[in-house]
Amino acid sequence: MDAYILVQQLFNGITLGTIYGLIAVGYTMVYGVIRMINFAHGDVYMVSAYIAAIALAVLTFFGVQSVPFALISVLVITCVITAVYGWAIERVAYRPLRGSTKLAPLISAIGISLMLQSYVQIAQGARDQGVPTLISGAFRFGDGVHFAQITYMQTVILFASLIAMGILTYVINYTRIGRECRAVQQNIRISAVLGVNTDRIISTVFVIGAATAAVGGVLVTFNYGSFNFFIGFVMGIKAFTAAVLGGIGSLPGAVLGGVLLGLTEALFAGYVSTDYKDVFAFALLIVLLFFRPYGLLGRPEIQKV
Amino acid sequence: METNRILTLAKQALLTFTVSLILFAPISGLVLEGFGFRNELVRAVLLAALVAVGRVVLSVVGMTALGRKLAGSAARNGGGVIVMTGNEKSPVLILALLFAAGLALPFFADKYFLGIAILALIYCLLGLGLNIVVGLAGLLDLGFVAFYAVGAYLLALGYQYLGIGFWSALIIAPFLAGLCGMILAFPVLKMHGDYLAIVTLGFGEIIRLVLNNWLEFTGGPNGASVPPPTVLGLEFTRTAKQGGVPLHDYFGIAYSADYKFWFIYLVLFLVVCLVIYAVERLRVMPLGRMWEALREDEIACRSLGVNHVFTKLTAFMLGASTGGLAGVFFAVHQGFVNPTSFTFFESALILAIVVLGGLGSTVGVIAAALVLTILPELLRDFAEYRVLIFGVLMVAMMIWKPRGLVRVRRPAFFPSTAPRGDTAPLSVSPEVAR
Repeated sequence: MDAYILVQQLFNGITLGTIYGLIAVGYTMVYGVIRMINFAHGDVYMVSAYIAAIALAVLTFFGVQSVPFALISVLVITCVITAVYGWAIERVAYRPLRGSTKLAPLISAIGISLMLQSYVQIAQGARDQGVPTLISGAFRFGDGVHFAQITYMQTVILFASLIAMGILTYVINYTRIGRECRAVQQNIRISAVLGVNTDRIISTVFVIGAATAAVGGVLVTFNYGSFNFFIGFVMGIKAFTAAVLGGIGSLPGAVLGGVLLGLTEALFAGYVSTDYKDVFAFALLIVLLFFRPYGLLGRPEIQKV
Repeated sequence: METNRILTLAKQALLTFTVSLILFAPISGLVLEGFGFRNELVRAVLLAALVAVGRVVLSVVGMTALGRKLAGSAARNGGGVIVMTGNEKSPVLILALLFAAGLALPFFADKYFLGIAILALIYCLLGLGLNIVVGLAGLLDLGFVAFYAVGAYLLALGYQYLGIGFWSALIIAPFLAGLCGMILAFPVLKMHGDYLAIVTLGFGEIIRLVLNNWLEFTGGPNGASVPPPTVLGLEFTRTAKQGGVPLHDYFGIAYSADYKFWFIYLVLFLVVCLVIYAVERLRVMPLGRMWEALREDEIACRSLGVNHVFTKLTAFMLGASTGGLAGVFFAVHQGFVNPTSFTFFESALILAIVVLGGLGSTVGVIAAALVLTILPELLRDFAEYRVLIFGVLMVAMMIWKPRGLVRVRRPAFFPSTAPRGDTAPLSVSPEVAR
C-alpha cells in the first residue's frame, strides 16, 4: 500500500517539477546574460495564467468545441502575449538601468512585480478565478482500493514540457539567435565587439523566458483549475530555487533542478507535512545558497577586479 | 527636418500603442466572470492610448531645453554629495522646534489623526532600520518584515506565556530581533546582491509561514491578542486588569480612551528621535563609514583591511533591532497581531520608503515614511491603486534618480593643525567623495 503512495507522490513530484523547470528557464537565461535575477518573472507567470483563462473563455465564446484545438490555441496565444509582456518589461524597467548602481535593477524589478500584481488585482478582481476542466480521467495502477494514478492532464503536462524543452534546446544550440545568446552569455563585451546586437539578444532572452513561463502558466492553470493574482510570488521563489539547485545560468540545470525540487517537495508533503512544504522549499534554497551557490551543474564564478 | 521628427514621433506613438494594446487587451479589456468574460475593451484601448500619448509627451519634452536639463540630471546619477564646509549654521533651533511640535502634537490632534501619526512613526522606525541595511550597507534585504514580526509577536506571545509587559518587551525586542538578524546574517555574509535579496525574502516568508501554521503556539491565522500598555503600574483601561491602578483614578481625572494613544505616541516619538540620533551619530563614526564604503566596493574595502563580516553583521543586527522595536509599537497600538500584517507587501512597502527617501538619507526616509503613510489616508478613494503607484514610483525613481531625491550631505575632514574656517576641506570634489 505504501508503495502506491510513494509512486503517486513521485508522479506528482515529476509533473510539478517539470513546471518548476519551465519557469526556472526564464530565471536562468536572464541571469546567464545580464547577471541579474528578474524578480518580476514569477508575476509574468501569474499574468500568463490569467491570459490563458481569458483566451479559453474567448475561444469558448466563439464556439470552439474541440479540446486539443482549444488547448493548442490557448497555448500559442498565451505564449505570444506573455512574450510581449517579457519584452516590454525589459524595455521599460531594465534597459534604462544598464550601467546604473548595483541595487537599481533589483529594486526596479520589485517595482515591476508590485505593479503587475496590483494591476491584475485591480483589473480582474482579487477573488480566485478558475477554468473548466478540459481533460479529465486518469491511468490507474493497482486494485480498486490501493492505487496510484497519473491523470491525463499530467501526461499532457509532461509531453508539452518535453516538447517546449526540445524546441528551446534546438533554438539555443542550432540557430543563429541561439548562438548569439550563448556568445552574450559567455562575454557580453566581446560579443558586442564581434558584431552581436547585445540589446536585441537581451530582449530575446526575456521573450524566451516569458514564453516558457507562459507554457508553465497554461499547464498549471489547466491542471489545478484555479488561480489568483498572488500565485506568482511563491511560484517565483520555487522556480528560482530550482534554477539555483541546477546551477543558475545552465539550461539543463534548470530542468534538473525543477524535477529534483518537485520530487523532494512532493515527498516532503506526502510524508512529513503539507503545511510546511513551502517552508521546506525556502529552507532548501537558503541551505543551498549557503553550501553550493553555484548549484549542481554550475561552475563557481570567480570574481576578477 | 520638422516633418522627419513628426514622422518619427508618429511611428513611436503607433508602436507604443500597438504594444500596450496587446498588453492591456486581455487583462484590462476582458474581465473573467466565472468561466466567461465581460467585455471592457474600451478601457484597454483608452489605457493604450494614454500610454502612447504619455510616450510622445515624454519625447517632446525631451527635445526642449528643460527636458534636456532634467535628462542631464538623471544621467549624472543624482549628482553625488554635498561636502559640508564646516561653516554651516547648526540646525539645532529647527530641530528643537520640530521636537517640541512633535511632543505637543497629541494635545491638538483627534484620535483618528493620532492613529495615523502613530502608524507614520512606526513606518519611520521601520524605514530607519531598513535604511541601515539597504541604504547604508547596500545589502538588499527583502525579508525585513520578519524582524517586525519578531518584535510584535514577542509582546503578544511573551505576555501570553511569560507575562512580559510593554516595557520589558521594548527592552527585549531589539536584542531578540538583533539575534534573529545575526542568525540570518551568517549564511548571507558571503552572498552578493541578488542572492542575498532572495535569501532574505525566503527567510521572511519562512517566519510568516511558521507564525501562520504553528497553531498551538502562535494562534495561527487567528493571531494573538496584545495587552494594553502600563506605566509604573498605572493602566490605561477603565478598570485595572493587570493588577495595577487605572490612570484616571490615580490622577482623579475623567476616563478617556485617548490616554493610551497619547502614551504610545509619546513613547514612540521619543524612541524615533533616539534612533534618528543614533543613526546620525553612527554615520559619521568609523562603522558608518565602513558600511558606506562596503556598499560602494566590497573588494576594495576588504583589500584595505575592512572586516566585512563585522561590518555586515552590525548592519544587519542594528537594522533588525530597529525593526523589532517598531514591531512592539505596532502590536501595542493594534492590540492584536496576526500573520497577515507581515506579508511580503509590507517588506516591499518599507523598501519603497527607503528607496523613495533616497537610499541612505535619514531626512529622506523620514519624509518618505510620513508621505507614504499619510497620503493613502487622505486619498482613500485611490486606496486600491496604492501598491500600483508604489511600483511605478520605484521603477521611475530607479530610472530617474537611483541615488535618491535628497542629496547626501557629508562632513569634511580638516587637518587638526590648520585654523578652522579658512582652509579648504580635504575632500577635493563631490565626485571624488562619492
